[in-house]
Amino acid sequence: MAAARTAARLATRLLERPWLWAFAAAFLVWLATIIFTKGQGGGEILSAALAFGTFSVIVGIGQMYVITLGPGNVDLSIPATMTFAGAASMKIMATQDSMIVVGLLIALACGAAIGVFNYGLIRLMRIPPIIATLSSSFVFQSAAIAYGRGIKIKPPPSLADFTTARIAGFPILAICTVILALVMTVVLHKTVYGRSVIAIGQNARAAKLSGIAVDFTRFVTYVMCATLAGLCGFVLSGFSGGASLNMGAEFLLASIAVVVIGGTSVAGGFANIPGLWGAALFMFLLVTMLNTFGLGAGIRLVMTGLIIITVITVAGGKSTDR
Amino acid sequence: MSEADRSIVRLDGVEKHFGAVRALTGVDLSVAPGECLGLVGHNGAGKSTLMNVLAGIFGPDQGSITVRGVDSTAGYTVAAAKQQGVRCVFQELSLCPNLTVAENARVMHPALKGFGWRRRAAELIARKLDEVFPGHGIASREIVGDLSIAKRQMVEIARAFTVTEAPADLVILDEPTSSLDSVVAEQLLAFVRHHVAAGGACILISHLLGEVLSTADRIVVLRDGAVVDVRPAADFTRDSLVSAMGSVAEGGVADGDGFTSKRRGGSPKVRARPAGRTTGPELVAHAGEIVGLAGLAGHGQTDMLIQLHSARRKASASLQVDGPVSLVAGDRQTDGIFPLWSIAGNITIRSIRHMLHHALIDADAEQEMARRWQQRIGIRTPDVNNNILSLSGGNQQKALFARALASDAEIVLMDDPMRGVDVGTKQEVYGIIRDEAANGRTFVWYTTEMDELKHCDHVYVFRDGGIVADLARDEMTEEKLLHSSFEAA
Repeated sequence: MAAARTAARLATRLLERPWLWAFAAAFLVWLATIIFTKGQGGGEILSAALAFGTFSVIVGIGQMYVITLGPGNVDLSIPATMTFAGAASMKIMATQDSMIVVGLLIALACGAAIGVFNYGLIRLMRIPPIIATLSSSFVFQSAAIAYGRGIKIKPPPSLADFTTARIAGFPILAICTVILALVMTVVLHKTVYGRSVIAIGQNARAAKLSGIAVDFTRFVTYVMCATLAGLCGFVLSGFSGGASLNMGAEFLLASIAVVVIGGTSVAGGFANIPGLWGAALFMFLLVTMLNTFGLGAGIRLVMTGLIIITVITVAGGKSTDR
Repeated sequence: MSEADRSIVRLDGVEKHFGAVRALTGVDLSVAPGECLGLVGHNGAGKSTLMNVLAGIFGPDQGSITVRGVDSTAGYTVAAAKQQGVRCVFQELSLCPNLTVAENARVMHPALKGFGWRRRAAELIARKLDEVFPGHGIASREIVGDLSIAKRQMVEIARAFTVTEAPADLVILDEPTSSLDSVVAEQLLAFVRHHVAAGGACILISHLLGEVLSTADRIVVLRDGAVVDVRPAADFTRDSLVSAMGSVAEGGVADGDGFTSKRRGGSPKVRARPAGRTTGPELVAHAGEIVGLAGLAGHGQTDMLIQLHSARRKASASLQVDGPVSLVAGDRQTDGIFPLWSIAGNITIRSIRHMLHHALIDADAEQEMARRWQQRIGIRTPDVNNNILSLSGGNQQKALFARALASDAEIVLMDDPMRGVDVGTKQEVYGIIRDEAANGRTFVWYTTEMDELKHCDHVYVFRDGGIVADLARDEMTEEKLLHSSFEAA
């Protein structure tokens, strides 16, 4: 009797954790892949998924905080910010190892500045976030083109080594990002700032009347999101052998997809970070699986879309119903 | 009734319930052609519900609606009401702000179709505006959103009187003059008389008793969802109307006898003048005082509370708030509850800033605060970690009280917080408020319930965004309150 009750409680508590679905989906897709390859390359695929998933998670954390602020909040300038920060930092470092710290700071500063610009448009000019961040992304994408002149700018060798290094098959960058995710989980649930973000997403008016600094919290969130995009641009440039002008392109969709698939409520007010990892792995493994099956590009895209819709319907429906 | 057979609309024993709230408890009413019926009553007396029934928006739970002698209770919809010539001018205006005046007129008249409908609609509304409000200065091609609130109200009223296919036999006007200045209001009332003289009918709902007394032929007084008095307007005086509206039963809550002013020396905790006012009475609240904000709904009380709530950051000469402030929302869903959080999370959100341990929120302190206030205020739940929505409305409201009272606030603002709270819970909360006031907290309490004002040391009566009276408890009577709420414009 007691055991049954404990089991039931455990089951409900697990169901209350929507990130579980993303991990389950990632695992199933991985399983399907290695069954198809008869057990070959399972470890390598996972290692690659961790390496590539890292970048989605970094920008996904920022996007998740923004989306959690409530309906209408989204940052579409992430790709442009990554490109701009990547190009600026690579050019300033000029492949010298001694400049890596300066380059990192430049990348973060570019991100922060774009975040301030974004929130300025949103708050001072009263432009809806979706339009504000989209228009600022045109500005900074163009700035990156003017600045980088379309050439791929190479990273310093030490940065390239660091971003691609592995310990026992685990990418170092992925380990760092897991730590980042843990820190941001604590920030979300245990700090006044994190609580404020969740409160605003549920009921902005009630949040204001409960004494929460709504404008300041929103400002910090947009700046943080853009800063993380700057960081992502920096490490991705190191990882992929340089800053290119379309390097951020796929992260517009990815940053939003990992948030949604990860079980964060699109309506705001409910967020979870573990799900970002599950979703990032799932997205990579899904494409790998379809590639392994040898499907054509068209079928692959259709399948990707359908499977994402399925996962969101199964996993995401519950948290928004409440 | 002799006019029953020739009445346009007759209600018999109409009841309407919303959950446990009995908005209408058996209303009989009839309107005949050539008659203007005045409808008065205090907030929550059921006026708006009654109007919605007449307009076909709410079907009655009990009773019958008879239109021109035919029982039409079943199938009395908005369209049917309109077909029968019943028109409504709502207090919350119903024009589309993105359309022009002419286009808004067309919305009500499907008959205006084919080429040139816009021109015909413009002519229709312009003619009626000229008739009702001579010299109105409104062009039919203007976008409604660009008009002032008074002009929008004029368009809304004129539109209700326009006729294409369906007649406009009975026009119901809900607070039609609330945004109109006295000259335009006079024009409207004169037109209403003219409309009635020509054989039409009107129902005039207004808080301005003077205009009801002067315009209506008959006056119906509503109280607590029932008709308590019907007489020809000539048989009423201002005073008899006020006493018919007010609740006669005297509650023995707290009488003025034991009143001792807490205003001896010391500077007040709160001193404020309503926004946009540079003269006139100020709101003052001292430590340990319970100060009531009274008057009709929507006359600036909530604005005053919001102003006080944000005053710490924007203090000015006309606004001084000395000490931390918290607010108990009355509109729970919009202003209070965080629906995805537990009861504990909802209680502690106002106080987490003072629960930090190495920059992180101390979970034990949170649990402790939630449990202590669950006990203190009697929130009925087995576990404070349950979702807030698992509570009944009254208990959700208690959680909001706990949020405000558990905080460091020295000044607690309450925005009509007892809406939809049952009697037992109210009494418990009143006790806690009195205890907390005795401990030195200051309460500023907006309420629409007369009985609650008896808990207050001072009551400020609001009208049109300003304070019109300041009554200490020993000089406060229901009659005085009503008189200052309805003071002639």
